[in-house]
Amino acid sequence: MKSKETIIKELAPRKFGKRGTIWSIILLIFIFAGLIAYIDQLIKGQVVTNMRDYALWGVYISSFVFFVATSSVGSVAAAILRLTKNEWRTPIVRIAEIISLAAIIMAGITIIIDMARPDRLLNLFIHARLQSPITWDVIIIPTYMIISFFLLYFPLLPDLKILKDHYKESHPTLSKWYGKLSLKWNGSVAQKALQQKSIRIIAIAIIPLGIILQTVDAWLFSTTYRIGWDSQNLAPYFISGAFVAGIGALVTGIYVVRKVRNLEDYITDFHFDKLGKLLALACLLYLYFNINEYLLPTFKAKKAEAIHLETLFTGSYALLFWSVTILGLILPIILLLFKKGRSPKGMFYIGLLVVIGSWWKRYVIVTPTLLHPFLPIQGVPESWRHYFPSLHEWLISFGTLALAIFIIMMLVRFIPIIPIQRTMDEQNIEQIDKK
Amino acid sequence: MEENKKNSRRKFLDKGLKFGAITALGGLGLSKLMQQLNAKTTSSNSDKVELMTTDGKIIQVDASEVHDHPIKPADYNVREGYPNRKFVMVVDLAKCKNALKCQQACNKGHHISGENAWLKVYKMQTSEENAPFWMPTQCQHCDQPACVSVCPVDATFKRKDGIVLIDNERCIGCRFCMAACPYSTRVFNWSEPDQGEITLSQEYTPDFCGMPSVKGTVDKCDFCPHQIEKNELPFCVGSCPNGVFYFGDKYEDTVTNGEETLRFSKLLKDKAGFRVLESLGTEPSVYYLPPVDRLVKFEDGEQYYTEFESVQKPE
Repeated sequence: MKSKETIIKELAPRKFGKRGTIWSIILLIFIFAGLIAYIDQLIKGQVVTNMRDYALWGVYISSFVFFVATSSVGSVAAAILRLTKNEWRTPIVRIAEIISLAAIIMAGITIIIDMARPDRLLNLFIHARLQSPITWDVIIIPTYMIISFFLLYFPLLPDLKILKDHYKESHPTLSKWYGKLSLKWNGSVAQKALQQKSIRIIAIAIIPLGIILQTVDAWLFSTTYRIGWDSQNLAPYFISGAFVAGIGALVTGIYVVRKVRNLEDYITDFHFDKLGKLLALACLLYLYFNINEYLLPTFKAKKAEAIHLETLFTGSYALLFWSVTILGLILPIILLLFKKGRSPKGMFYIGLLVVIGSWWKRYVIVTPTLLHPFLPIQGVPESWRHYFPSLHEWLISFGTLALAIFIIMMLVRFIPIIPIQRTMDEQNIEQIDKK
Repeated sequence: MEENKKNSRRKFLDKGLKFGAITALGGLGLSKLMQQLNAKTTSSNSDKVELMTTDGKIIQVDASEVHDHPIKPADYNVREGYPNRKFVMVVDLAKCKNALKCQQACNKGHHISGENAWLKVYKMQTSEENAPFWMPTQCQHCDQPACVSVCPVDATFKRKDGIVLIDNERCIGCRFCMAACPYSTRVFNWSEPDQGEITLSQEYTPDFCGMPSVKGTVDKCDFCPHQIEKNELPFCVGSCPNGVFYFGDKYEDTVTNGEETLRFSKLLKDKAGFRVLESLGTEPSVYYLPPVDRLVKFEDGEQYYTEFESVQKPE
């Protein structure tokens, strides 16, 4: 069994190595490129995108939906695993909460990027109308953001105190900051009771909030008359899809962190195996809602639906549709059935597959529908009948993705990625030390 | 307490007096009208004007008794619209031969500079066996407008007179209204509109869409309240050489295409009027008459049909 000092030393945040530095520079370049593209979009208007009057939403909205979906991981890992008393969650919850917070922040930023008049952002509050699904988003996204932040912050307090003491000699400035952020934590019984109670309340609150968040996101689409969106199945479909995207991102994140920080003793094959089963369950659930979403309209084949489905199954979106369905959903399910598929390395690749699949899946949900309006597309340039993101859109989208990863990296850099206090408590280390 | 009682009593008296005065004035007005109607047969020394009553009877009234009332009241509110009005349009598909004069007049009148006109004449054919026809389509000014429901900032709004407008000084450019509209009639200003020289006669009002258009906001057919104000017909109605468009007031039950004025309800009944995508429950204010007994050949319209253009660019 490890001593208290070893655990703190192993789990305390560390400076980036060479690879970490290179990665941050690459990410910063992407963020910078995205920022320049966005400034250009602000100046020239959204004419720099390939969106037009028919394809009026594009890659920004699909990115937004993707980020919202990914942010569900906080509620899944932290709250559901907590409420079901799955003790193995300890080393993974914090990464889940970090990913969740980064994703919901980026969802908020991405939806503003899609707004053509961000200078009028305050109108959303001044002239808010409660009946608009966008207003529901304006309410739920910041709420979820705050709750996600607390879910990350409250359990962090004892660790911040530990870090304060740990860095007292070596990094006085850093130690001072940790001290300030630890809000005078001293580990007294009263403080612990208060902290536990707060965490419990937040952990319970984030479950309905997570469900509401995904539902509102789905309702942005299903409150319209558009073929392909006008579906009662959309909200549960989005919720199950969010589980897949979130757990996929979690698995990928955990693998990278474990490798970089040599945390093999803390995050073991057992954890990946458990997460693999959870991901398989999520994928199966999502597959079920996919079947609901596509099979029933295919069976009835109402004229407009049939045209829409034909573009997905055999038409211009067929390659993308089948790729995301087979590579992003069915293949992961098959691989996850095998124990080897649930090994750390296997899980990393499956997680990557699932995350990329999830992003393109949102793209397939958002764009083809808009190109099949009720009245024919006439009297507009031929190029308006198709949609593929422009360079500006790609740069901005990659910029937001890079910023999301950068936020995660920065949090990993400065806060202990595995709860130190909890790990020690679970191993009864404090008591042993005292003896 | 005492004070309050006195106050309310005073208010009551005040109101009562005002109410009385109004009734008296109203009564005076009525009796005057009655006099005129009675006098119709006897007096003959001044000019007479023929007027139609609400139940369709033609009456003669002394010219000096006819006063011009401006359509636009002094306390006109752009979000309320014209009081006691419900504007409607009837489009007779049997008469349309895709002359596109409507579209040109609309584009010009509203200084449309993008690549997507607000009024489009679709080449329609519902199935292979069915005959093709030309279908002019603009904002349907729905009574249950999907665009208004989803607007997060109340930038697009529905007025009591039936018109759906956009306040482009408030629009945040989220384009949710465009996603919600099943008629694809909304147009976005993707870049700074190049409208050339437009002389703004007045301050911006949602009443006149396109005056000016604003980058990053949505535009669409405004049903021409700026024409109604001048007692003129909307651009499309006035410019159509074939009398396809009828514009009018549902409460007056009257529509006109500039040449003939018809009973709205009778027209719909006689010619089996319908609305587009009725099943969605959007309750449009634009009605269509089916393309039957056509006097024009569908093929005649082909020469003007441009699949990829609806706004002519000045060379």
